Amino acid sequence: MGFDPRYLERNFTSVGTRPIRPDGLDKVTGRARYGADFNMAGQLVGAILRSPHAHAKIRNIDTSKAEKLAGVKAVITSADLPDLTDGNSEMYAILDNCMAREKALYDGHAVAAVAAVDARTARKALKLIEIDYEVLPHVTDVDEAMKPTAPVLHETVFTEGVEPKPGKPSNVAKRTQYGHGDIEAGFGQADFIVERSFKTEQTHQGYIEPHACVANANSDGTAELWVCTQGHFVYRQHCAELLGMEVSKLRVTSSEIGGGFGGKTHVWAEPVALALSRKAGRPVKLVMTRDEVFRASGPTSATSIDVKIGARKDGTITAASATLRYSCGPYYGMWAELGAMTAFACYNLENVETVGYEVLVNRPKVAAYRAPSAPMAAFAVESAVDELAKSIGMDPVDFRIKNAAREGTRSSYGPVYGPIGIGPTLEAARNHPHMQAPLGKNQGRGMACGFWFNFGGQTCTDLNVGTDGSVSLAVGTMDVGGSRASLSMVAAEELGIAYEHVKAVVADTSSLGYNDMTDGSRGTFSTSLATISAARNAIKVLRERAAQTWDIPVDDVAWEKGHAVAKGEKYGNLPALSLKEIAAGAGNTGGPIAGHSELVADGAGVSFATHICDIEVDPETGATRVLRYTVLQDAGKAVHPTYVEGQYQGGAAQGIGWALNEEYIYGKDGRLQNAGFLDYRIPVCSDLPMIDTQILEIPNPNHPYGVRGVGETSIVPPLAAIANAVSNAAGVRMTHIPMSPPRILATIKAEQAG
Amino acid sequence: MAGVAVSTTINGDDVEFLCQPDETLLDVLRDRLGLTGAKEGCGTGDCGACSIILDDRLVCSCLVLGAEAQGRRVETIEGMAQGDKLHPLQQKFLEHAALQCGICTPGFLIAAKDLLAKNPDPTEEEIRFGLAGNLCRCTGYDKIVRAVQDAASVMKGA
Repeated sequence: MGFDPRYLERNFTSVGTRPIRPDGLDKVTGRARYGADFNMAGQLVGAILRSPHAHAKIRNIDTSKAEKLAGVKAVITSADLPDLTDGNSEMYAILDNCMAREKALYDGHAVAAVAAVDARTARKALKLIEIDYEVLPHVTDVDEAMKPTAPVLHETVFTEGVEPKPGKPSNVAKRTQYGHGDIEAGFGQADFIVERSFKTEQTHQGYIEPHACVANANSDGTAELWVCTQGHFVYRQHCAELLGMEVSKLRVTSSEIGGGFGGKTHVWAEPVALALSRKAGRPVKLVMTRDEVFRASGPTSATSIDVKIGARKDGTITAASATLRYSCGPYYGMWAELGAMTAFACYNLENVETVGYEVLVNRPKVAAYRAPSAPMAAFAVESAVDELAKSIGMDPVDFRIKNAAREGTRSSYGPVYGPIGIGPTLEAARNHPHMQAPLGKNQGRGMACGFWFNFGGQTCTDLNVGTDGSVSLAVGTMDVGGSRASLSMVAAEELGIAYEHVKAVVADTSSLGYNDMTDGSRGTFSTSLATISAARNAIKVLRERAAQTWDIPVDDVAWEKGHAVAKGEKYGNLPALSLKEIAAGAGNTGGPIAGHSELVADGAGVSFATHICDIEVDPETGATRVLRYTVLQDAGKAVHPTYVEGQYQGGAAQGIGWALNEEYIYGKDGRLQNAGFLDYRIPVCSDLPMIDTQILEIPNPNHPYGVRGVGETSIVPPLAAIANAVSNAAGVRMTHIPMSPPRILATIKAEQAG
Repeated sequence: MAGVAVSTTINGDDVEFLCQPDETLLDVLRDRLGLTGAKEGCGTGDCGACSIILDDRLVCSCLVLGAEAQGRRVETIEGMAQGDKLHPLQQKFLEHAALQCGICTPGFLIAAKDLLAKNPDPTEEEIRFGLAGNLCRCTGYDKIVRAVQDAASVMKGA
């Protein structure tokens, strides 16, 4: 569905307004039901035993004592989750991550699980499980893991993407390369070259709601799962595959989700809960503790990145290259590849090359985290870009504007861009009052740009017109940021009725066709396309019913402002029929009225943002304070501007935490030392200023209203923007994230020592 | 282990329950009394999602034993609205979109209510430090602070 320029002239009635979200009331009264807020009759409590070792062979598991404890109804190990993955390595990794098979591969790796009558009994039972481990040497650092002397996690992993195939297994699972042109020639033309190495530490999505589910496997082979997830259809698929079920026999209902940010796109505990329920013959509730969330669920990659950029005196970049090493945890993921694709996506480059290495380490399996892999690459690239601008003597904004990608630019990862927002966000940043705000002693200003692809994907939507003319919209993409509001607005817009008459729900997996999960900023983009299509299908039916009522050809019936209108002089006496009137008569004109849509939402418009921030650095302690922060981002078309602002602000805040505080700290024993919110410190209210936002609207050519995804890009620029601000405030170049006080202080001291 | 019999007041109603001596008030509220508005985000008093008011004092209910509720007054999110009428903070959270996923919202509302009871006219800084015990990962706090500011001005005028 292409962009319809008529919408530019049209006055939207719903889209662009700011109504209150339909799920809001339940959320402010405590009635909204999240993963852990659901219970079933006869439900047991599940608990998981986790490896205390970073790397260990599991020689034997003795569950007999635990099984004998009164109140224990089931104990399972990997033997209860047999390998049905049939050579599918991605599914095997998920299975092995859910329950370790031959080896425990990280501190926190699940090795056994119990279901008992209450939590206390379950915890007691875990202590009675005896495991004979053979502790193996481990490696948790990404650079260390690449060394030839590093302990190898899997003897079966030989680096993919290199010719000839390596003769020895290693922790480098794959090499990927992107780019075009001739970088050697490009660097030869450069008057200035900046070359630097950067590191970023592993962070967690930090959703406040731990993973939680209730599983009920019946003896007839059917099962139900209540779960907090970003993609209940994907969870159904994965669980069914791992447990050997037909997908239609497993009904998955998504609860309200208490934050995901990419971390609730993979199954961890759900297959375990189903296996426990199957063995116990009763429903099982399984809720992770915060400790388990940190130790065993979705962190992002730790990275090590080398960047080299060259430019002429006039400020034109002549060549850019980067080598990106991303930790994946113990299983392959395309994390470095995403970093390699996004690293230079903001720029118009003749010669560019990026190489990514996927590195296996004894840490939890990496999961997506909001624009996964892009923030670290942007940190390295945008830091170097700032430094290069300084070497040339150019303003960092002007330097970026000169080199910004534009319509027709061949991106560093391949495709040629359509209309894009990088230039406009930079221009808006240059003109923003933030740029003129006064700075005091020890204060510095930084800015940076960011890019994210955005995804579309499989989407299915049902729109049902009630007998009273109100509309139910059933969608299959989980609402993570207000999409029930924005999709209701889109349905209202198409049908020409008031927002209040549309009620959107997220349907369970038995009530709607397959939907990809809410990731890649696709929720509002893809499901609004499906909603527009479903609404137009419903309008077709409504027109037919009006035509039937009037006994005139359907081609003579138009749909205007929520009414069927007979077109043509000859029908002058026919009063328009409202949606409500047509709905009321539906029983006599052919039955219920509905519109459905099933599609692959191609053409998610790429997204760009520019961030500006002011930071104060205390030179005596290395402590930082965020003074001002501004986000400028292209939304294509903001369906609900307040929620778009919320996405901008939330991503910026996560990026600020990542830049300044958050990191996984491992001891020499390979154990995570800060698996809690006290020691893994996410930003609190008193850490942040107000976060100013500016929404730009450069229409996406592949959406009738011009909508682009908005959820992820906001986390991409902050690491670099803050690093550049710290650099300007303290006079030192920070190359290691997070810029915690000890790191800043050490860098200042090293600089002073010369 | 023998249960402890507890008589308490929750949101103005007399309530009696049996709990284990080591059971937290949060678990009692959620698992025994069906009051699931308070959430467990950490179980260690770091996230504030389980905030309640115990005898006029803001506490994390995950750090209070159920048995400690004996003879005391407990206020939870379920008691914040008066029937259909939302508390001004609830209304302003909706109007300002001060919530996205909403898991932290009950805790924030309780903490903000406690803050405004003690300081009806807080500065932005006082709001930020007053709510620093509650974690939100979605909003960046901007709209939460604005909602509390707006609610404070409405409540002062009332």
